[in-house]
Amino acid sequence: MNSGLRSVGILGTGSCLPENVITNYDLEKIVDTSHDWIVTRTGIHSRRIVDDNTATSDLATKAALKALEAAGVSAKELDLIIVATVTPDMSFPSTACIVQKNIGATNAAAFDLGAGCSGFIYELAVAKQFIATGVYNKILIIGAETLSKIMNWNDRNTCVLFGDGAGAAVLGVTEEGTGILSTYLGADGEGGKFLTLPAGGSRMPASVQTVEQNLHYIKMDGSEVFKFAVRAMGNASKKALKLCNLDVNDIDYLVPHQANTRIISASAKRLKLPMEKVYVNLDRYGNMSAASIPVALDEAIRKGKIKKGYNVVLVGFGAGLTWGSSVIKW
Amino acid sequence: MVFDKVVKIIAEQLDVDNVEDITPKTSLMNDLEADSLDAVEVIMALEDEFDIEIPDEDAENFKNIGDIAKYIEEKTK
Repeated sequence: MNSGLRSVGILGTGSCLPENVITNYDLEKIVDTSHDWIVTRTGIHSRRIVDDNTATSDLATKAALKALEAAGVSAKELDLIIVATVTPDMSFPSTACIVQKNIGATNAAAFDLGAGCSGFIYELAVAKQFIATGVYNKILIIGAETLSKIMNWNDRNTCVLFGDGAGAAVLGVTEEGTGILSTYLGADGEGGKFLTLPAGGSRMPASVQTVEQNLHYIKMDGSEVFKFAVRAMGNASKKALKLCNLDVNDIDYLVPHQANTRIISASAKRLKLPMEKVYVNLDRYGNMSAASIPVALDEAIRKGKIKKGYNVVLVGFGAGLTWGSSVIKW
Repeated sequence: MVFDKVVKIIAEQLDVDNVEDITPKTSLMNDLEADSLDAVEVIMALEDEFDIEIPDEDAENFKNIGDIAKYIEEKTK
């Protein structure tokens, strides 16, 4: 190894989905929508929703314990914990610190990372640097969301799209030539207005008015986000592949952010990639923002879809606007 | 010229077999049974092909394919 950098890979993954299933038929009773409309526009059949007593860190903790078990790593060995989320338990302390306490990772630093649905890719990029350079040896990265808590259940354009869940991965040093071959990140603050949660921060602190005006819920311009997502998914994947001298033909498996099957199939068409090589679980879970990619990755691994030697591409896009992609040699 | 190219792209995007059936009066949603996301994909394909940007507020005014072709002719002049 002439770069002096260590190879960094995923040692184990885990995920946690709440038990409560909400079907499209359940939603028909709450808002003016239909199962057929939701399925043809989004591909979503059902989603999981937490109960009132469950917060993001609860799901994150369970996913983390499963990932540690799969990796054969103890919590005490962790040097750093990062949680990507747009639905933290509270503004502070960070959700990562709550997870650190819950799993007893007393030797780990901890912080949250905000990159919307691209959070897991941003985490991979950050964690990879620390391990490649020898600063840290074991890092736990988590994508965890309880989007049901910030959904307007009267807005049929958004409440049908999202779900709750958490996925985690333990990163460490791997055999040379395997692991994370490249990461590519991007952002466009100009487009940030298309997908927001307006109130509750320092621009618009919580008040009676913000609550009355439904400003604590997700706001989205669907068609603008759709256009952005289709282009971002194709372009980011190609950029990440180019960084490690591969191209679209070298993709053995694609694990995309799970926002909408129409986005995934439109992007796959642009990449000329058959859908057999693409993992899709949003029919069961909806869009879980930062949790979507790690949950999909965990399921794909446990189902044996990802085999040793595969070039696996992860790609995400979301609020910010942000996007990112990573190529991992399994 | 522009109209023929627009028809070709729409036919590809929406898997229309009989291209002859598409006239300037044809509506994407009413005649070709496109839904809102199909329409967005058509707009994206046109943006890529003609290297222009078609904002939502303009796209909302298109009643038929003749409108789309006229808009693109104006934009690419």
